[in-house]
Amino acid sequence: MIVAGKVYLDYQATTPMDPRVLESMLPYFNDRFGNPHSRNHFFGWEAEEATEIAREHVAKIINASPKEIVFTSGATESNNLAIKGVANFYGDKKNHIITCVTEHKCVLESCRYLNENQNFDITYLPVNQDGLIDLKKLKESFRENTLMVSIMGVHNEIGVIQPLQEIGSLCRENNVFFHTDCAQAIGKIPLDVNKMNIDLMSISGHKIYGPKGVGALFVRRKPRVRIKTIMSGGGQERGMRSGTLSPALCAGLGEACRISFNEMAQENKRLEMLKERLMNGINSVCKDVYLNGSEDKRIPGNLNLSFAYVEGESLMMGIKDLAVSSGSACTSASLEPSYVLRALGVEEELAHTSLRIGLGRFTTEKDVDKAVENIVKEVVRLRALSPLWEMAQEGIDISKIEWAEH
Amino acid sequence: MAYSKELIDHYEKPRNVGSLDKESKEVGTGLVGAPACGDVMKLQIKVDEKGVIEDAKFKTFGCGSAIASSSLITEWVKGKNIDDANKIKNTEIAKHLALPPVKIHCSVLAEDAIKAAISDYKKKNST
Repeated sequence: MIVAGKVYLDYQATTPMDPRVLESMLPYFNDRFGNPHSRNHFFGWEAEEATEIAREHVAKIINASPKEIVFTSGATESNNLAIKGVANFYGDKKNHIITCVTEHKCVLESCRYLNENQNFDITYLPVNQDGLIDLKKLKESFRENTLMVSIMGVHNEIGVIQPLQEIGSLCRENNVFFHTDCAQAIGKIPLDVNKMNIDLMSISGHKIYGPKGVGALFVRRKPRVRIKTIMSGGGQERGMRSGTLSPALCAGLGEACRISFNEMAQENKRLEMLKERLMNGINSVCKDVYLNGSEDKRIPGNLNLSFAYVEGESLMMGIKDLAVSSGSACTSASLEPSYVLRALGVEEELAHTSLRIGLGRFTTEKDVDKAVENIVKEVVRLRALSPLWEMAQEGIDISKIEWAEH
Repeated sequence: MAYSKELIDHYEKPRNVGSLDKESKEVGTGLVGAPACGDVMKLQIKVDEKGVIEDAKFKTFGCGSAIASSSLITEWVKGKNIDDANKIKNTEIAKHLALPPVKIHCSVLAEDAIKAAISDYKKKNST
């Protein structure tokens, strides 16, 4: 997809809306403006019908019951509601949570909040070099007072798929709730909350070609998971999330789930092909390009690559017609390489050379070819500028030099 | 982040990229920064018998601001006496390229690089 000469390759940040999704939403911005909670007239009923059909579509893609779906404003709220909601309800009985160092900030921050304010103990599992957790370490982390495990399905930065089913069965054996942030997993991998023993799952609209500002939380009914709401109000969404639903946003999320459910297999095949084309194109010219995270346990739409000897931010500046994300996060004020790549054990100097390239539904072969052309050209140019590349070509071991760190 | 025209010009068309013979007595080499910090600059100068820098070359691993800072300083030092080159301040580089605050360290690195190159040259020629 090319807009104003720019190629969009940042599908993990957000996705463009599918035109079919927009179409499904429009009536609820116009004459079907009713409040879905108005129980006594037509306007309310037709709005409610929209939210309930949407709820069915959301439930279907994860094999849940529509009654187990709570609409929220997005995955950040869902993660907060799941973690704090469960903690608030059961916290006086069990106060230990297991999560992972590479989780999204909203999960880590929610856990930190509980640790600092509500006397919770948090175990942060490390990850292996492939970005996946070690199930043995998870097993060893369970305690008498473990309330919940929170591990995401597909990683936003490196695209790796965690072993949800194995985690789920370990949680069930230990009588521990299993929450998973599946913002990046929905529509990318098959999900089944029953087969995988998932108790709570966070879902986002705008990562699956739906609108921003809407998401959902799956909350299991059998065996029942209780959460204490973090929002006081009219008791909508079965008391778990007060506030008037937006039928347009709900319809958009529902339609996005419906389309993803129907087209996932086909779409993954196409993305796999595009990914191969991109990798082969880059590798045919540039050596020393490394894929971060597991090679096989990953979604095809995410490539986190380290271009050794080329600093990531200068590379981004050179490929200005491509919208990609810097794996090194150096464009933010921190100047620190990504905490996720560091957790994988990626050397700091390689972490500084990383880009996240996201492919998706509207990425074409032409986009990929343009990306390859631009990236390769810049990598070659910047390596010619790089003293590290020069040293490597001369056979000097960079790690043996005593650098003056600043 | 919006960069200045000067910065982008130096990034897209860096001046004086390359290497000089580091074994030569006329050449001083400065290598500063660290890969783990995301920037490394190599700056080399060739000095004539009167102490004037007749050539300067650089290679930089780092962000666009680091590349531009080192490119700019090679332009500035050429034709300068080494003592004058030693007086170039990072603030002049930062001002010329309109570096944003988070990128000031790039100009500091460029100043360090020229100082290191001059000191290497002096050490080689002290006997």
